[in-house]
Order: sequence, then structure tokens, then C-alpha cells
Amino acid sequence: MNNSEKKRMNGEAEEENEEDVEDEGRDAWERTYTDERSWEALEEDESGLLQPIDNKAIYHSQYRRRLQSLSAASAASRIQKGLIRFLCVVVDLSKAAGEMDFKPSRMAVIAKHVEAFIREFFDQNPLSQIGLVIIKDGVAQSLTELGGSPEAHIKALMVKLGCSGDSSLQNALELVHDTLHKIPSYGHREVLILYSALSTCDPGDIMETIQKCKKAKLRCSVIGLSAEMFVCKHLCQETGGSYMVALDEGHFKELLLEHAPPPPALAEFAIANLIKMGFPQRAAEGSIAICSCHREAKVGEGYICPRCKARVCELPTECRFCGLTLVSSPHLARSYHHLFPIEPFTEVSARQLELSRVASKTCFGCRESLLTPGTNKAGPCAACTKCKQYFCLDCDIYIHESLHNCPGCESRRITPAAASVTMS
Amino acid sequence: MLKEGAIESRLVAGPLVVTTWPRSFLLPPHSRGKLLRDFNQSTVVVGHGYASFQANRRSLISFSDDVSLLVVLIDTNPFFWSTSSSSLNFHQFVSHVLVFLDLIVRLSQLNQIVVIATGHNTCDYIYDSSLDTDQVTGEGELPALYSFVLQRLEEFVDKDEKLGAKQEGLSEKRASSLLSGSLSMALCYIQRVFRSGPLHPQPRILCLQGSPDGSEQYVSIMNAIFSAQRSMVPIDCCYVGSHNSAFLQQASYITGGVYVKPQHLEGLYQYLATVFAVDLHSRSFLQLPRPAGVDFRASCFCHKTTIDMGYVCSVCLSIFCKHHDKCSTCGSVFGKAQLDAASDRKRKASES
Repeated sequence: MNNSEKKRMNGEAEEENEEDVEDEGRDAWERTYTDERSWEALEEDESGLLQPIDNKAIYHSQYRRRLQSLSAASAASRIQKGLIRFLCVVVDLSKAAGEMDFKPSRMAVIAKHVEAFIREFFDQNPLSQIGLVIIKDGVAQSLTELGGSPEAHIKALMVKLGCSGDSSLQNALELVHDTLHKIPSYGHREVLILYSALSTCDPGDIMETIQKCKKAKLRCSVIGLSAEMFVCKHLCQETGGSYMVALDEGHFKELLLEHAPPPPALAEFAIANLIKMGFPQRAAEGSIAICSCHREAKVGEGYICPRCKARVCELPTECRFCGLTLVSSPHLARSYHHLFPIEPFTEVSARQLELSRVASKTCFGCRESLLTPGTNKAGPCAACTKCKQYFCLDCDIYIHESLHNCPGCESRRITPAAASVTMS
Repeated sequence: MLKEGAIESRLVAGPLVVTTWPRSFLLPPHSRGKLLRDFNQSTVVVGHGYASFQANRRSLISFSDDVSLLVVLIDTNPFFWSTSSSSLNFHQFVSHVLVFLDLIVRLSQLNQIVVIATGHNTCDYIYDSSLDTDQVTGEGELPALYSFVLQRLEEFVDKDEKLGAKQEGLSEKRASSLLSGSLSMALCYIQRVFRSGPLHPQPRILCLQGSPDGSEQYVSIMNAIFSAQRSMVPIDCCYVGSHNSAFLQQASYITGGVYVKPQHLEGLYQYLATVFAVDLHSRSFLQLPRPAGVDFRASCFCHKTTIDMGYVCSVCLSIFCKHHDKCSTCGSVFGKAQLDAASDRKRKASES
């Protein structure tokens, strides 16, 4: 399907007409057999066993394109990121969610990936909170309150998995609006709607609700599972969110996980504020206290609120008695890489690598040879713009997606004198 | 120093990352070659059978769950080793570590060691047991591993010193080493091992650190720690400096590793062999040293003192101890919407 789209865009008018004539009788899935011929990509090794398809090159080029678009967007203006997020995830459990075009059913796929999304979300945004809403029988219900503990949300979601009835987008938006209205002004309000139905049954005028959400500065994004709908597109355009439709399960997972890192924060959406937070110490070993979350006596591990001395079991949380937000410094540190991102590496062609005067052509990070295996010629690699070290493409991906440190830049010491020279 | 029988225990070592090397500034310049000779006399030569171990290494039987890949990060920071008042000097430290490395290699033919040196101005790989170029046959009195690592460490320290000679005016009091660099390199190497296929040894990182924490490296070290936590790679630490290192305590706590600050540094090898030589699977059967209170409190950005309660900017997450009107890190004005604040600034600028 991708190939045929590309052909359509790149091809001339004559070719396009011919293709249209031929493909009139064929569906999209049939076109993948005639155009792509995926079976031809399979290869056998010398013993006759099938070799795995080497899609490393495709994977690398996809990654590079994604990185370019991200860096272009953020480098254009110094856009800050919304780090303290209050996100409501709305899951559509109407009759359309029982469709089986996603195996085993749309509902099961959604539940599985929402669980992974919740874990990833709290990993990247430890100070944020999630609330779950479901739409069933034309009514929206709040499944869990806004909270910061992933286990509570996942447990609640796994229990309530049954689909029936119609879907109502307006009821969901009204409920979410009421929930998110109460949060403090420094938080970013976001809504993520996973919509499988093709219609919405509303009690009133949904355009009014959309305007209400826009005024309340809610950023609504939708991921559709069936087809593109005008009302979802309008909602996302008005509120500044993103609207995507998933093609298959892998694509759905990718789209969902794209919402985990903090989005660029538009300046007028949240008011900057100083939030009073406490950094509790661990309770001494063997000390016995009644914990405030379970209301039972516990020994040893736990944290003591610095203001009211109540015991809490895990961080981050809000103290139940005095309302102080309790965090530990690693939670804040998890978000620092969003504030100090590393620049993307530049791609180095094989020829440039050969011409360079590097003694040993190995990746600086993992010491893997940068030469294409089996030959003496250099393969593609990436180079850091600041420290000018060469890295293999896999290290490039790992560094930018998980590590957020360039080993070359970290392995050199820049004195203030040298730093001012390079900056001037 | 060590009895020969001490090596017979079934310790499996993974790649050790050793980051320190006795530097010639610790000895008078004319005695540089003395290191190898001293080493020879003072330590037990552990094996003549070493060459045969090398030959059998390539016959892979199976990867049982007690095979490990140990990446050792050795601190070679000259500012620490020349001023450390403890009973351990760099020479003795390296000798302890080398015997430990040899122990790890002998525990299983499939164990792998990688040694990365953490210097003051740079970091580099010293030894990789899986590389063909690093397999040398034993000649002379010392086992091949020892002389190879000693020689590479000496070259590294030379390079480190040359890079530092260009800089002037560096205060020597709290000069830290580049731990974030060597941690990042170790993690990149471990990712490469993960990519190599379904059969690979279990990786872990051992930090042999003595230098104090450098506060400018906080963000990078925390990034490395979180990445190690996601890949499930424990970071162990044997700290040979004077005061506890908060960064490494947090690293061991978050990633599920072991942090040890030995009280008697003369017996460093014993600590290494009993605590860190064991593979990950067998750790559940042992009573390993438990962390005695990791301090997770934050320090405020204005005074660098640790605080219990503070104020956090919602935009850039900087921590302050008192209420301010404006954030000094990101410049956002508190209590006002950003657009209003920006237009206020413009108005004031045009008026003045």
C-alpha cells in the first residue's frame, strides 16, 4: 500500500491513469500482492533454511526520517515541553469495538496496548496523572480518577472489558471537561480518545462542546481504528491535538506510544507556577507505622512526609493528610532529558568515512566495526556534530531513544575557557 | 599477597571494566617500567594453564544462566589517586583488580570481560575478552592478561595526561572523573551484545570508583541509570574513595545492583571476589550487602543544599528552597500566563 501511494505521488499523469484503470477491480490488500510481491524478499542460505528478512536498512531510514521531522519542529522555535500533564484516556467500548479486523478484537488490542502505553507514560512523565473514561451504551463513565499509580489504572481497565451499544463523543467530552476543569493551572490538560465507531449519538450540539473544550484549553487527540471522521478531525484541529487513523496493530501501537513523550507546550496553555513539593526520606528499618494509603500497620520500608510526618508507601504521591506532593529526585531527573535533549547526529556516507582520517573505523560507543561485514568498504554511520566521533546506526538509535547521552561528548572535559571559545 | 588456592572458587566474571592505572606521576619518572616488575614480584602468578583456557574458549557448549558479561569501569583519575590518604595506592589497587579479572575469566569459558578506563579528561576501552586482537599468548613471567591490561592502561594514562596538559587553572580539590562517559560507553556495548542474538551472557556493570561525584554530570549519570534500568542491567559499585558517592548509591538502588564501600582496603580482592564475582542468577542465593539508607532528597539549585521541602518550577523542574517571582533557569514568570508575561517584557523594553 505504501508503494502504490508513492507511485501515485511520484508518477506522471499517464502512469497514474493506467494504474487507476487496472486497479479498479482490486482492493488494497490485493494490490499488495501484485505491486509489492513481498515473497520475493525472502532469501535462503546455503543449507536451504529461510533467512530473516533484513529490514535493518528500512528501519534505519524510518528512524532517521522520524528524527529529522522531530528536530525540525523543535528547532524552529524554542518550544518548551509540557512536563506536568493531566491526561484523560477515553476508550470507546461501543459495539464497533467488538469488530474483529484487529485480532482477536479491537477491544483486546486496545486494552493490551493501553496497558503498555500507561507504563511508558509514567516512565517518561513521572509527575503526571492519568484518568480513564469509557464510552458504553451511549454513556460515558469515569473508570478511574486522575491518579499517578499505573497499577490501579491497569487493573481497572482489565476488569471492565465488554462492549455494547452506541458511542457518544459529546458525552465523553463533557465528562472529561468536568474532570479536567478542577486541576491546578500549571498542568497541561490533555485528552486521548481511542475511537472505533463510525458515528456518534449525542444529546446536544457537539460543536458547542468542542468550543467549550477549546476555551478550557484541553488538547484533544484522537486515534481512530476504523476510518477518518470529520467530527474527530474538526475536534483535533480546534483544540490543537493530532488525529491519526491506525492501519494495523503495529501502526496503532506506534501511534499510541507517540503520545507518551511530552508534547510541545504552547505558551498560553499553562501558567508557570512554583509547586511546593516534599522530598521524603525513607523510614528507618524496623520502624512500625500505620500507612496512610492502606490504613494498616507496616514495618520498615516507606517514606515519611516532611510536613505532617505521615507514612506513605510509594512515590510519587500526594500526602493524604496535608496534600503535599511527594516526589524523589530521580522522578524529577527522569524528565531532564526532555529539557536538555541531544542534537541528532549527522549521517555520514561511506565515502566520507573512507576519506576521514580516523585510525580505526569502529563505532565510538560499542566498538563495532563500521565496515560492511565481509568487505573492506565502509558502511553508513552517523557522527556527532559536537564531538565529531563516529557511531554505528544502531548506537545512534539507542542513544537518541533511550540513553539521551552522547558517549563522545560525555568522554571529554570542556573547561569554561574552551567552552566560551567554541560558543563565540 | 594471595594464596594460590584462593582462586579455585567457582566465580564467574563477566567483562570487567577497569578504569584505573597507576600513573607515572605517582612514581618518579625513571621508574615507569618498574610497575611491571613490581607487579610481578608482589602478586601471585596465577596460572601457566592460561594459554589452554584461551584455546578452549571458542568451543561453545551452551549458554547456561550463570554466564555473565562484566563491564568494569576503573577510575584512573590522577587527582584522586595522588591525593588519596587511604592505605591503598593505585599500584596495589590495580593488582587486586587484575587478579579479580583473572578469576572471572577462569570461572567459566564463556564469561566475557570488558574493561573501560574512566580518566579525568577522557574514557576509553582497555580490554575486551571477546576480541581476537586482545587474545595474547602468555610469555614471560606474567600471565598474558595482566601484561596486556597493564600496558594498555599505561598508554591510556599517558593519553589522559596529554589531554589534560592543554588545560590550565583547574582546581584539584574536587576534581571528578568522567563517569558518565564510561557508563554511556558500557551501555552502548551492552546493547550491541543484546543485538547479537538470542544466546548471550547476562550483562552487568561494575564501577570501581574513588573520585568524588561531579555535580555537572548529574543529568547524564541519571540518564544512563534510567537507561540501564530499562535494559535491566544492574550497576554494581565498589567505592574506594573517602566519602560515600550519592550518585553511585542511587545507581545501585535504582538498577538493582550492589553498592559496597569496603572498610579495609587492603583486602579489596576479598570484597571483589565474594560480592561481585557471582553471576546474576546466583545472587538470589547469597546475602549481599544491602543499601543502608539511600538519600533521595534533592538539592536546591540556588544553594546546593539538600532540602526536605522545596518549590519546583512547573516548566523546567528546577528546585528552589524559597519562593521566587521568576525562575532563574527558564525565565518564566510565575503566576502569570506566559503570553502576558512576554508582552509585559516587551512593553517594558519599549518604554525604557
